Amino acid sequence: MTELTLSKAIGTGLRRALEQDDKVVLMGEDIGALGGVFRVTDGLQRDFGPDRVMDMPLAEAGIIGLAVGLAFKGYRPVCEIQFDGFIYPGFDQIVAQVAKLHYRTAGAVRMPLTIRVPYGGGIGAVEHHSESPEAYFTHTSGLRVVTCSTPQDAHTMIRQAIACDDPVLFFEPKRRYWTKGEVDEDFAFPMEQARVVVTGTDATVVAYGPLVATALDAATAASDEGISLEVIDLRSLSPVDFDTVEASVRKTGRLVITHEAQQFGGLGAELAASITDRCFLHLEAPPARVTGFDVPYPAARLEEHFLPDLDRILDAVDRVLGRTNSLTGWSS
Amino acid sequence: MSTTVSEKVPGSRAAALGPTDMVQLLDPAGVRVADDLYDPLVADVTPDVLAKLYEDLVIVRRIDVEATALQRQGELGLWPPLLGQEAAQVGSARTLRPDDFVFTSYRENAVAYCRGVELPDLLRVWRGTAASGWNPYSVGMATPAIIIGAQTLHATGYALGCMKDGVDSVAVAYFGDGAMSQGDVNEAMVFAASFAAPVVFFCQNNQWAISEPVSLQAKGRLADRPPGFGIPSIRVDGNDVLAVMAATRSALDRARAGGGPTFIEAVTYRMGPHTTSDDPSRYVDPLQREEWAAKDPLARVEAHLRAQGVLTHALAASIQAAADDVAARFRAGCLALEEPAPLSVFDNVYATPHSGIARQRSQYAAYLEGFAPDGFKK
Repeated sequence: MTELTLSKAIGTGLRRALEQDDKVVLMGEDIGALGGVFRVTDGLQRDFGPDRVMDMPLAEAGIIGLAVGLAFKGYRPVCEIQFDGFIYPGFDQIVAQVAKLHYRTAGAVRMPLTIRVPYGGGIGAVEHHSESPEAYFTHTSGLRVVTCSTPQDAHTMIRQAIACDDPVLFFEPKRRYWTKGEVDEDFAFPMEQARVVVTGTDATVVAYGPLVATALDAATAASDEGISLEVIDLRSLSPVDFDTVEASVRKTGRLVITHEAQQFGGLGAELAASITDRCFLHLEAPPARVTGFDVPYPAARLEEHFLPDLDRILDAVDRVLGRTNSLTGWSS
Repeated sequence: MSTTVSEKVPGSRAAALGPTDMVQLLDPAGVRVADDLYDPLVADVTPDVLAKLYEDLVIVRRIDVEATALQRQGELGLWPPLLGQEAAQVGSARTLRPDDFVFTSYRENAVAYCRGVELPDLLRVWRGTAASGWNPYSVGMATPAIIIGAQTLHATGYALGCMKDGVDSVAVAYFGDGAMSQGDVNEAMVFAASFAAPVVFFCQNNQWAISEPVSLQAKGRLADRPPGFGIPSIRVDGNDVLAVMAATRSALDRARAGGGPTFIEAVTYRMGPHTTSDDPSRYVDPLQREEWAAKDPLARVEAHLRAQGVLTHALAASIQAAADDVAARFRAGCLALEEPAPLSVFDNVYATPHSGIARQRSQYAAYLEGFAPDGFKK
């Protein structure tokens, strides 16, 4: 066990993957000498050389498209997209090629790409540097989408993603890069498995990525009021471990889902619909969503209003528990 | 880069070409044109070898005509005819080695034929029985990319993989004049040049992107763009199978020797519609089409071989019989393609077990189970 920051835990995972499989190559902008703008790949080009840790021209479609060709040739590319909002130039290659090639070729061609994406807000950044685009990709068949919330998960999951024969979108909660935690390099769990972070009995709060810590804070605060929250970290956003969420909701009867991404058509909607479908008669209240608003990611001085926080999660907990909350009396 | 390479090196000449100059070894009348730079690259193409290439040209045209007929008869949903582009495709594809790898768009059925794709496999997509036709690794050719230009990046990445593996295989990207406007194609040239990737960019300028003339994609010649990326460029008569072969060989030689990418503009003409759903009478000037009909890729080889005394009546008849035989097997193979099983819609979405797909599959299987063989609910 070693104490690492979340970013270092990913970097160590990348290092192990490079050591263990010479078909693993890293591709991205500024990932070499600079070590990435968040230093996740710090030291890797120095130790593995520019043929395996490759600085790329500034073109995301080019990076992903080249990774497709390398995968055709038997390589296992790990692409870094510098910021969430920069992924769109590569979107066509991801959804039209990466996601479909295995299906298109009846399984003949595998696409074991990992696409790393620092995502989410809370760092006071300018436009295009704080987005949560995960739902574009969870909506796309053929991709796996995962996100980590702790250094341990970050390490385990990046190695899982690289080892996986399917393409994986690996979303890294950038405002948690500096979170420290113990990392056991040999610790593993099934890739699709959600984690019950704390158990509780009154309501289930489902979170992922940067908001897991916020949900835990909410659980702590709620317990002061005698409310017992069960917090689930989804980890895998596609597919979703509905079994774990369903088991929890059958116990608590109440569901709150939180994510930074905008609400409409997001993961929260999918969770609410699927869980309602699976255990409607166990629900005591409609599932509640606590999300970013359906507006473009705002200027830094406004992001505290856009981002779900402890209070907004607790407000939703009040609602599903039938207690007075901010929306009580609100009508359209 | 192209301006600094010796004028004696094929491919270095593009910058010096005049506005209409292009490599041509066999003119439209079938007369052999001498070319100091490119003749040595096809020195081994004896009249007998040329006769085999002619047979390829006849066969791929016959296949194309048969596929159009199959579509008109309702056996295919769609077909993109290659009529007029036979020489560009056969001349380039016949120069490749088995370990080279080809990434194409959807009109390269003659390339696929030359790579050894089984006849019925050419039709699976167009009949709608499969998402693509063949295993790319069995023939060294990816199945077609329908998104315009996307495959040029794949070819560049594959070429990078060849470099990493330390092999001298080459990746070839086929695309059209319309694709020259795509970001992917331009990015592919940036990346290929930066990494000196062993890739050949083979652009068939067939003058049309559905209804849009090439003048909408480019004000100048397409072949003038790549030197700006640092990529040597060759402009070749795409209806001249011999010249296409020579140009492709020069590009392959450069790539194998570590010289990086080459761009080839094969100037040709799409004599048919974009696809069987298209109506070129709305936008093609019949006079322009007539001009190009006079530059037919088959007629010039035929004239040349007849003048050489190689193409006898007997040989012509046997080639025609071979083409008809291929067409008959092509048709039979099409009609024999099996309907896909309903639950195969869930196959191969992922390479590894996936709980979401597994659930939908079992639910749909149960739903289908609910029907009696007559199609009514049990």
